[in-house]
Amino acid sequence: MTTPPVRVGTPTTRILGWLTAVSLALTAVMALVVSPPDVNMQDSVRLLYLHVPTAWLAMYVSFGVTTLASVLYLWKRTRSRFWDLTAGASAEIGVLFLGLTLLIGSIWGRITWGVWWTWDARLTTTAVLFVLYLGYLAVRKVPATPEVAARRSAIVAVAAFLDVPIVHQSVEWWRTLHQDATILDERRLLDPQIHGSMAWTLLLGVVAFTLLYCWLLAHRFQLAALEDRFADRQLQVAIDERRAEAVTS
Amino acid sequence: MWRDAALVAGKDLRVEARSRVAINQVVPFALLVLVVFAFALDSDRDTLTRVGPGLFWVTVLFSGLLAIQRSFVIEASDDARDALRLSGLDGAGIFLGKALAVAVQLVALEAVLTVGVVVLYNVRLHDPLLLVLTALATTVGLAAAGTVYGIIAAGLRVRDTLLPLLVLPVLAPALLASARACEAALTGAPGDGWPWVRLLFVFATIYVTFGVVAFGPLLEEA
Repeated sequence: MTTPPVRVGTPTTRILGWLTAVSLALTAVMALVVSPPDVNMQDSVRLLYLHVPTAWLAMYVSFGVTTLASVLYLWKRTRSRFWDLTAGASAEIGVLFLGLTLLIGSIWGRITWGVWWTWDARLTTTAVLFVLYLGYLAVRKVPATPEVAARRSAIVAVAAFLDVPIVHQSVEWWRTLHQDATILDERRLLDPQIHGSMAWTLLLGVVAFTLLYCWLLAHRFQLAALEDRFADRQLQVAIDERRAEAVTS
Repeated sequence: MWRDAALVAGKDLRVEARSRVAINQVVPFALLVLVVFAFALDSDRDTLTRVGPGLFWVTVLFSGLLAIQRSFVIEASDDARDALRLSGLDGAGIFLGKALAVAVQLVALEAVLTVGVVVLYNVRLHDPLLLVLTALATTVGLAAAGTVYGIIAAGLRVRDTLLPLLVLPVLAPALLASARACEAALTGAPGDGWPWVRLLFVFATIYVTFGVVAFGPLLEEA
């Protein structure tokens, strides 16, 4: 018996996909063509139109969703497989984009500061966050029954989230108590000192990457749900085979 | 809960006292790390004195990982973990007991290592109050966070490699804070050290609370 191919896209995800593609293309045009080079940073400022949205997507959206979904999973009244799969899918996207953030950031740093890495408070927090969530993904990969794995992962996600403010506070003090202020504060980019097409490009980038996140999450979630169903079916097949053996022998 | 904690801590410490793994292997390992750092950096005493507090806490962290792993290895043999689950002891009590046993071992280790850095790195101790409070808060935080992740990794085939990956980033701020607090004490600027000690106490409180709440469910499925 052949099963019809499962379609992973729905009309909603397809529209979302198109919106994402269009907004990403627009961001590229705005970032590379329309917006002017920065007075100080020249053309390297264009990297930031990628850097800021990926950072936003990873740190706030993805890990926020992972934490929220994990808490909802741990709370008995809302416990369902849905939240576990959402948490995992979101964390994977988050780690990917946090990796991109670090990569783009260090390329930009090499151009602007002359070094690939500096122990700035934000960079350090980001690096620790990256490793924390790599650990979370490693825990998710450890084989166990779905319920056990889900609960364990959810607890690790909450524990990781609890650590974030402490990490942030500690590296903030570390840099301010013992070192000069950082060479360039990223926050300057987000306050209204920048104008016109640069601000719009940045805003468009954030919107485009948020759409991209939603699209990726929908598909990654669906894939995880299919994997789940596949595992269930394999189990059922194995049980049926053993039963058949028992009958024939 | 407290009675259960005392029972479990007593049991773990008795096991350690009889097996002598901590005294025969972990302590020599820690001293060895101090010597290795000296090889890696310089025999130049100024460098070692300056970075002494940081190296001290890195050594405590690595040796602490061994102590935490030990703490769950002793539960792995003879299905001791199942016995623990069936014992009817309170989950929070078991957590506090295991963390307390790790903390006691760490305090002993820190005492030995303090002598080590004083002798080998020529570090002079000032502000004993700040140093002792830093050590206390760090030890409690390290033991609590380590025990939480220890039980998550316990019983898994990959536990030896998974535990450091999980624990080190979580403990990174504690390492940073304790190294800075000790540095402040040793360089004669204790005022700089107190915010770090407060941060360490916050860290310890968070992970003790988290462990008390989460350890029961984690133990059941470990």
